[in-house]
Amino acid sequence: MRGFAHVYRRTHINTDEIIPARYLNTDDEVQLARHVMEDIDPDFVKRVKPGNFIVAADDFGCGSSREHAIWALRGAGIKAVIANSFARIFFRNAINNGFLAIECRGIADKVSDGDELEIALRDGIINNLSRNEHYRFTPIPDFALKIMEAGGLLNHIKEGSKFSSG
Amino acid sequence: MTITEKILAAHCDRGQVRPGELIEAEIDVIMCNDVTTPPAISMLVERGMDRVFDPDRIVVTPDHFVPNKDIKSAQLAKRLRNWVNRHGIRNYYEVGTHGICHAILPEQGHVLPGTTVICGDSHTCTHGALGAFATGVGSTDLAAAIYSGRLWFKVPESIKFVINGNLQEGVYSKDIILQIIDRIGVDGALYKAMEFTGPTIENLSVEARMTITNMAVEAGAKSGIVPADDRTIEYVRARTDRDFQIFHSDQDAEYAQIVEIDVSDLEPIVAFPHLPSNGHPISEIEEIKIDQAYLGSCTNGRIEDLRVAARILKGRRVAPGVRMIVVPATTRVWRQALQEGLLEVFSEAGCAISTPTCGACLGGYMGILAEGERCISSTNRNFVGRMGHPESEVYLASPATVAASAIKGTITDPREFL
Repeated sequence: MRGFAHVYRRTHINTDEIIPARYLNTDDEVQLARHVMEDIDPDFVKRVKPGNFIVAADDFGCGSSREHAIWALRGAGIKAVIANSFARIFFRNAINNGFLAIECRGIADKVSDGDELEIALRDGIINNLSRNEHYRFTPIPDFALKIMEAGGLLNHIKEGSKFSSG
Repeated sequence: MTITEKILAAHCDRGQVRPGELIEAEIDVIMCNDVTTPPAISMLVERGMDRVFDPDRIVVTPDHFVPNKDIKSAQLAKRLRNWVNRHGIRNYYEVGTHGICHAILPEQGHVLPGTTVICGDSHTCTHGALGAFATGVGSTDLAAAIYSGRLWFKVPESIKFVINGNLQEGVYSKDIILQIIDRIGVDGALYKAMEFTGPTIENLSVEARMTITNMAVEAGAKSGIVPADDRTIEYVRARTDRDFQIFHSDQDAEYAQIVEIDVSDLEPIVAFPHLPSNGHPISEIEEIKIDQAYLGSCTNGRIEDLRVAARILKGRRVAPGVRMIVVPATTRVWRQALQEGLLEVFSEAGCAISTPTCGACLGGYMGILAEGERCISSTNRNFVGRMGHPESEVYLASPATVAASAIKGTITDPREFL
């Protein structure tokens, strides 16, 4: 999977910044996407293109549990967030949605805005095609991969319950 | 094992669990509100999974944007209500009996020691104050739990906090948790359970403990917990006669870290924008003018909080140019404040009093800040744009500091009025 990076080096970007609560009166992905990252980067929605990645520093997605943060990013066409580390609920929501949240220590200082990255999921490596650099990321746990392959937690459960009911 | 490990072990039919282990735990209480539950319902309906595992384990209260703030939020509340009716969910608190979910559930006896509690809201960790394992999740998790009664968890490591010392007058549990977050940082307990112990915690009321566990997530924690004691039992017994089991950490339980804090000399703390970890002792703060003072939220909107603020505001007036907004956390708190004469005190002091709602705490409505405005608030987050305009500022403090600041018009040490 290849994409261009939008880099945010600030730590602790919270879900209020990813999608402010004033827009939580809807859960429609298209409507949410119009305001994604609005309070940290008002021009982001103009620059983002389908297939782009976000690269961020520590504790990305802290604060509110709103899954709307994932939906707003996904709605805007973001295919993956790669961060030094993630806040707990954001990471959990990403797994449950089959949305790629990749923990890669130190990545925020290595990648520049506009770099083209390639995620080699099975190899556990991110290739920076613009700089010819390679970064190893924290492997995605097996159970999370299974959930992602099923297209999210609910599909995973649905498949499971089908098996159990025979 | 720690108390958290024991509760989780008991909910996945294992004698023992270890930190890092992946488990599927039974969920005792699934709490539903108007923002994160409607999407969960839609997910289930779209997949042909519109089922409720056990309606009696579900407790529903619209709280974020009710009474409905606009057409879109009215639609959300309606979707929630339709679902409640369709599945015969009995524990539903309609507007007029409603309250902020983290305040109303303990108040109405839905949360018991030793149980597991989830909600699509990050401040679900509040319920750990009753000795329960409680954690915030997203809408998909919520949907999974509604459907199956179970949820996956990675067993967290625990950090034990041992709090010693008597609090000075004018210093409250809010100041303790702001001090802890200032010390360990907003990701200082990332993925971990925060276990609060020690004589100071034991001397706090159950409500005051809730203020502490409420903000565990502001240190990145999965959960916060206070082992149940006689005060907890008394609190719960006054509300329900259902049985429960009390768990305690073993003497040889393993912790990722043990943090000892003496609060004898602790001053009121104010967390500056834009992180809850930006705590400053009040004596070191220079003059900071405020436009608004907000008393409410799942952190500090309970009756004890209102009493503390009313004691300071009684016979005094909110400073000219300052708006003070009081939002009792639940309908019962509102009525109790009425009966105790607190609403009269607030009204005479020049406060605006609202019906229960999460309201302006998360920048929803009922007290949104304009560009450049500053608010001192008894809430839990001071992120960029949290209460309104991205160029506005939120300062977090105890209800006493909020009330004192409203009177002076600048951030003020509440001890001046005690």
